[in-house]
Amino acid sequence: MERALFLSFALTAIVAALNVLWRRHPLHSALALLVVLGALTGLYILLGAYFLAVVQVIIYAGAILVLFLFVIMLLNIRAEEARLERRPIFRWLAVPFALLLGAEIVYLVRVFEENPIPSGTSIGVTEAVGRELFTTYLLPFEITSIVILIAILGAVVLARRG
Amino acid sequence: MDVVVEAVVKIVVVFGIVLTFLAYLALFERKILGWIQLRYGPNRVGPWGLLQPLADLLKFLFKEDVRPMTPNPLLFSVAPILSLVPALMTYAVIPFGDRIELFGREIALYITSVNVGLLYLFALSGLGVYGIVLAGWASNSKYSLLGGLRSAAQLISYELTLTLSVVGVLIQAGSLDLVEIVRAQSGTYFGLIPKWHVFWYQPLGFLLFFIAAVAETNRVPFDLPEAETELVAGYHTEYSATKFAMFYVAEYANILAVSALATTLFLGGWNGPGVERMPLLGVFYFAAKTAIFLFIYIWLRATLPRFRYDQLMRFGWKVLLPLAFANIVLSSAMAVIA
Amino acid sequence: MTTIPISWYLAVAAVLFTIGTVTVFVKRNAIAMLLGIELMLNAANLTAVTFSSYFRELAGQILVFFVMVVAAAEAAVGLAIIVLLFRHRETLNVDEAQLLKL
Repeated sequence: MERALFLSFALTAIVAALNVLWRRHPLHSALALLVVLGALTGLYILLGAYFLAVVQVIIYAGAILVLFLFVIMLLNIRAEEARLERRPIFRWLAVPFALLLGAEIVYLVRVFEENPIPSGTSIGVTEAVGRELFTTYLLPFEITSIVILIAILGAVVLARRG
Repeated sequence: MDVVVEAVVKIVVVFGIVLTFLAYLALFERKILGWIQLRYGPNRVGPWGLLQPLADLLKFLFKEDVRPMTPNPLLFSVAPILSLVPALMTYAVIPFGDRIELFGREIALYITSVNVGLLYLFALSGLGVYGIVLAGWASNSKYSLLGGLRSAAQLISYELTLTLSVVGVLIQAGSLDLVEIVRAQSGTYFGLIPKWHVFWYQPLGFLLFFIAAVAETNRVPFDLPEAETELVAGYHTEYSATKFAMFYVAEYANILAVSALATTLFLGGWNGPGVERMPLLGVFYFAAKTAIFLFIYIWLRATLPRFRYDQLMRFGWKVLLPLAFANIVLSSAMAVIA
Repeated sequence: MTTIPISWYLAVAAVLFTIGTVTVFVKRNAIAMLLGIELMLNAANLTAVTFSSYFRELAGQILVFFVMVVAAAEAAVGLAIIVLLFRHRETLNVDEAQLLKL
């Protein structure tokens, strides 16, 4: 049952990622990325990271991608052809390297079959993550607030007219 | 296996009740608007107009589905679904009542109790933006695009206040699980005032939540993006028949979900006198409290004029957001003191 | 209930990362390249969460939290730069933005 869920999420993620690559219009690519994020949310829940799964939807899918969508719509972007490598030697080299990567992945999956993700109570509940974040990792947490402030200032200054 | 059957039955029951109620909510809105405006609402179809939703449903099903000439027909068809599905998914975590004994087993009157329930609801409201933005884009019309972008900007602005106003409730209840939040509001102070969050110590949070919720659901006085006199009909100008019905239902589903959420977070959910002995009474209390919010929504629509768009944005960012932050600071201080 | 080996998750992450990298190489539109970068970041996030769940340590999930924050900041500033680029050149084709002269 769990394997069926994992396979459906994983296949959705990979097919949607391929769509991000194949689609010509950036809007369609952004929507395909939305599907990837949804599938990854499912994978996070399977791994027991409940807090991160929901935070991923809120931040990545609900804020970052909406920002992408706004920019694409406001700038009225057109569809474009992808760039193909003109030198034929690299196009010929791509196939064996892709096969090599595929062989490595198959080897990884076959040989390390007996290392399962431990089942049991999940460790990614909000309380645990919050406690870690505010005790052990308090300094990085405060620094990220400064990072976000700098990003906001930077975006406002850069995109201002005149 | 038992768990799956129980969940499926609960989902079917909840969806049946909710969808029927949403159809009648449209009728009640028209009736109540009529009464406030000193006229009868629809009263021709069936006694007291009670068959009006059925007539509307048949009209929507048989109407011609007009499609604009758009380079994105798939997006055009998918956008209403993207708006409707997150609105309906919110009912999976809302607690309608406590656990009851039925057919010899203990059944909880909520579909599921997720330990990140409140964050799940915010994730869904974030996803609701996509339906609107894509509808505006795929309609290939300037009114739709402007209405869609304005509506989406309004949604993401007020989503901040909505989320922050609830943090006070979290601090007080100590859990993200909606069932736990309702349980934390059982009992009374001095035997008289119920321990609901709206009385102590979240009246400001409640006010902020409700105002932000009215803005989130695109209702008067925040409905400029879909007002008829401004932008024809905003992002759903080009939609007709079934797709428009989906947007329509999605809007009412959002209103009902937000009212149920306000009841759960601030008004004690299913709590009320005598719920410990008879848990089914909890459903009645929950329905009554939600009905109060629905009435306030309709009342607001009948009485208030609408904000201009820049007034709306200024109000959201310069008034509500600082108040939401102040509410968090106050709640934290109260949690330490009390 | 059968459990899933860790290598399956890592394989998915590897494939997603590769597709993200290829997206950055192949696309000429600046926004599409940013989408490829986001895809790579998400693949790295998946790896971190997988290991966090395998060793039952929370450090991986905290890392993902910070990566998401930084990704948000980077997307905001990157898109602001893209908007600026578009205003000056009327095109988002990165091949035409090769020279420093505006």
